[in-house]
Amino acid sequence: MSMDSVTARGQSRHGTRAWKDYARRSPFREIWEYRELFFFLAWRDVKIRYKQTVLGVLWVIIQPLFTMMIFTVVFGRIANISSEGVPRPVFYFSALLPWIYFSTTVTGAGMSLVSNAGLLAKIYFPRIILPAAAALVPLVDFLVGSAFLIGFILFYDIPIGWNLLLWPILVVPLALLAFGLGALLAALNVRYRDVKYAISFGIQLLLFVSPIIYPSSFFPEQYRWLLALNPLSGLIETFRYAVVPTYPVDWGVVGISVGVTAVLFVLGVLYFKRTEKAFADII
Amino acid sequence: MTSCIAIDSLSKQYRIGGPQQHASLRERLVEFARKPLAVRRSENQTIWALRDVSFHADEGEVVGIIGRNGAGKSTLLKILSRITYPTSGSVKVRGRVASLLEVGTGFHDELTGRENIYLNGSILGMRKREVDQHFDAIVAFSGVEQFIDTPIKRYSSGMRLRLGFAVAAHLDPDVLIVDEVLAVGDAGFQKKCIKAMEGLRKSGRTVLFVSHNLAAVENLCSRGIWIDTGRIRMDGAAKDVIVSYMGSFAGEQASGSDLTGNENRLGSGEIRYMRLEYLSPDGTPCAMVRSGDPLVVRFHYHADKTILDPSFGFRLYTEMGTLLTETNHILNGLHIPKVEPGDGYIEVVIDSLNLIPGQYLFSLWITAPDGVPVYDGDVRASLEVEVSDVYRSGRMLSSRHGLVYFPQRWRVVLP
Repeated sequence: MSMDSVTARGQSRHGTRAWKDYARRSPFREIWEYRELFFFLAWRDVKIRYKQTVLGVLWVIIQPLFTMMIFTVVFGRIANISSEGVPRPVFYFSALLPWIYFSTTVTGAGMSLVSNAGLLAKIYFPRIILPAAAALVPLVDFLVGSAFLIGFILFYDIPIGWNLLLWPILVVPLALLAFGLGALLAALNVRYRDVKYAISFGIQLLLFVSPIIYPSSFFPEQYRWLLALNPLSGLIETFRYAVVPTYPVDWGVVGISVGVTAVLFVLGVLYFKRTEKAFADII
Repeated sequence: MTSCIAIDSLSKQYRIGGPQQHASLRERLVEFARKPLAVRRSENQTIWALRDVSFHADEGEVVGIIGRNGAGKSTLLKILSRITYPTSGSVKVRGRVASLLEVGTGFHDELTGRENIYLNGSILGMRKREVDQHFDAIVAFSGVEQFIDTPIKRYSSGMRLRLGFAVAAHLDPDVLIVDEVLAVGDAGFQKKCIKAMEGLRKSGRTVLFVSHNLAAVENLCSRGIWIDTGRIRMDGAAKDVIVSYMGSFAGEQASGSDLTGNENRLGSGEIRYMRLEYLSPDGTPCAMVRSGDPLVVRFHYHADKTILDPSFGFRLYTEMGTLLTETNHILNGLHIPKVEPGDGYIEVVIDSLNLIPGQYLFSLWITAPDGVPVYDGDVRASLEVEVSDVYRSGRMLSSRHGLVYFPQRWRVVLP
C-alpha cells in the first residue's frame, strides 16, 4: 500500500486528518502545542514547593531577607566593603534577588531532566519544556521579592525615576541566561552525573566572583574585563542601577555580559536540541 | 478502511556493553588522553532491538502485539510513543495519539487527587478544558470521591491505580498505544480496562496493545502481530497468531525438559536452571502429570560462583498466557543463605495439582530476594496436565470448568 493512496482516501471520523510524520515536525509548533503541559509542570513545582511546611510561602522572602541582613552586617559593617553610597540593605537586596533567581533556575533546570526521568521514559513532550518550566517557577519568588524591594525604596527614600523601568526589562536577559545555562547543564547531566556536583559547587564559587557582596568598582580597572566575562556581572550591576540611578555602571562590562548571555543561550539550546533524541535511551 | 498508523521498515539499534551508560566525564577524559585519535568505543557491540518492521493499522483496528521478553515489543511502543527514536525507517500516524505506557504517569505524591487528575491529564495530552469537562466523570469512575482533596501519598496503591486509570479512560485519542497496563490491576480493574478499550474500538479508534496476557489479546484484538528477536514473525488474525506463538514454546516434555537451549532467557547467568523434572512423591519420574495428583517439580541448577541468598521462584501461565500463580521459596518461609558453585537442585512439592487439564507454561526465575539482580529469568518450560478422575465420579474436568478446581466436599441436607 503506498502512502499517497492512503492519504488520498483519508476520510475518517474527524474528516480528513493529515498524516504526521514523526521525523518531520516543527519544534516551535510543538512547543506551542504543549504549552498547557508546560504551565502544568511549572504549576506543579510551585504547588509542591512548600507543601507540608509551617511557614509556607514566607520562605520565598525569608531567604533573600536573611541573606541581605547577614551580608549587611558581615560585609558591610564588619568588613566595611563599599556599597557606592547605596544604603547597604538596598545594595545587597537588589543584587540578591537576581542572584537567587539565577542560582535556583540553573540548579532546577540543570536537574530537571534527571529528576523527571520517569516522565521522559514514559511519555513524549518537547523535552525543552522541562528546563523552561524550571526557569518559570523561581520567577514567582522574584516577583514577591520585587514587591519587598519597592518597600525598601520607599523606606530609604530613594528617588523614583525612569530607571526603575529597567528592573522588569532586565528579567528577560537574566531568564535567558539562566535557562540557556540550565538547558546545557541538563543535557550534559543526562550523560554525565558529574554535573550534579559541578552545579552546586559552581554556584557557590560564582557567588564570590560576581559583584554581589561588592561593587564592580571594587576590582582594579585593568582586571574588570575578567569580571565582565561572567555574564552575571553586567546584569546584576544594571539591576542595581535600575533601583539607584546614581549607582556607577561600567556599560562596557554590561555590553560584554549581554554578549556572553546571548552566546550561552544559543549554545545551551542548540546542544539540548542536538542531544535530546537520545535522552530516553541513556538517562 | 483507512490507515491510521503507517510504519515502514523501522529499525532500532542499541549499543550494549562498555561503560557507555552513566559514564563519568572523568572516564571519557582518561580515555581521550590515552587514545586521542581512536574512534570512540568502536569495540562496543550493537544489537538490533527492531529490524525492518513494517505494518499499517487501520481505523477501528485493535492490534495485539505479542512476543517474548526482549523481543522488541517495548522498543516498538517507545518509538510509536516518540520516547525513543528509530535508527532508520519511518513512522507516520494520523490524528491524535495517546500512549499509555504506565497508569498514573507523573503523579506527584504531595498533590491531591484533584490536582493529580489535572496534571496527569495534561501529561497524557488532554487540554485543561477537556479535563474540566470530564472531571466529575473521572472522579466517579475512580471511586475515590471522598479523598479527592487528600494528597495521594495517603492513597493505597489500588486507589492510585484507579485514579490513574480513570483519567486514562477519559482520553479521546484517534490512536491509542497501550503497554501491559492491564497486568498490574486486579481482575475487576482489568475488566474495566478491557471495557474501555472495547468502547474505543467501537467508536473507530485504532488501538495498539502490547501484553503478556494472551487471553486479553485474544478477547480484544482483531489482529495479532508476533515479534520475535526484533522482526515480525507473524501478522494475522489474533487467534491464529496466539496459537502459533504458544506453539513455539512446546518443548519435549515427558518427565522433564532440558532448559539449556532456552532462548531469550534473562539475567546475568551466574546461576542458571539446567533441567526440570516432574516426579512422583516417591522420586520416580512421572510418565504423565494429571489433574489432582501430587507432583514434585525438581529444578536443577548450575552455579558458576557462590551465590548469596538467592530466591528460586516461578510463574505458571495458562496456554493463553494468563498468570495463574507466582511463587518462590522465600514466600514459603525458607531461607537459603548461599549456593556453592556447581550443580544442585531444589524441589517444590505440590500436594495436589489443582489445574484443569491442558497446556501450561512455567517461567522460572532466580533472583536476589527483592527481585534485583536477576541471575536467571523467564526460562520457559511447558507442563502438560492430563485428564484424571479428580472427583472420583467418572466425570472429567475440561477447560469449560475454568482454570483451577478446588478440593471440595459437598454435603447435602434435605429438608
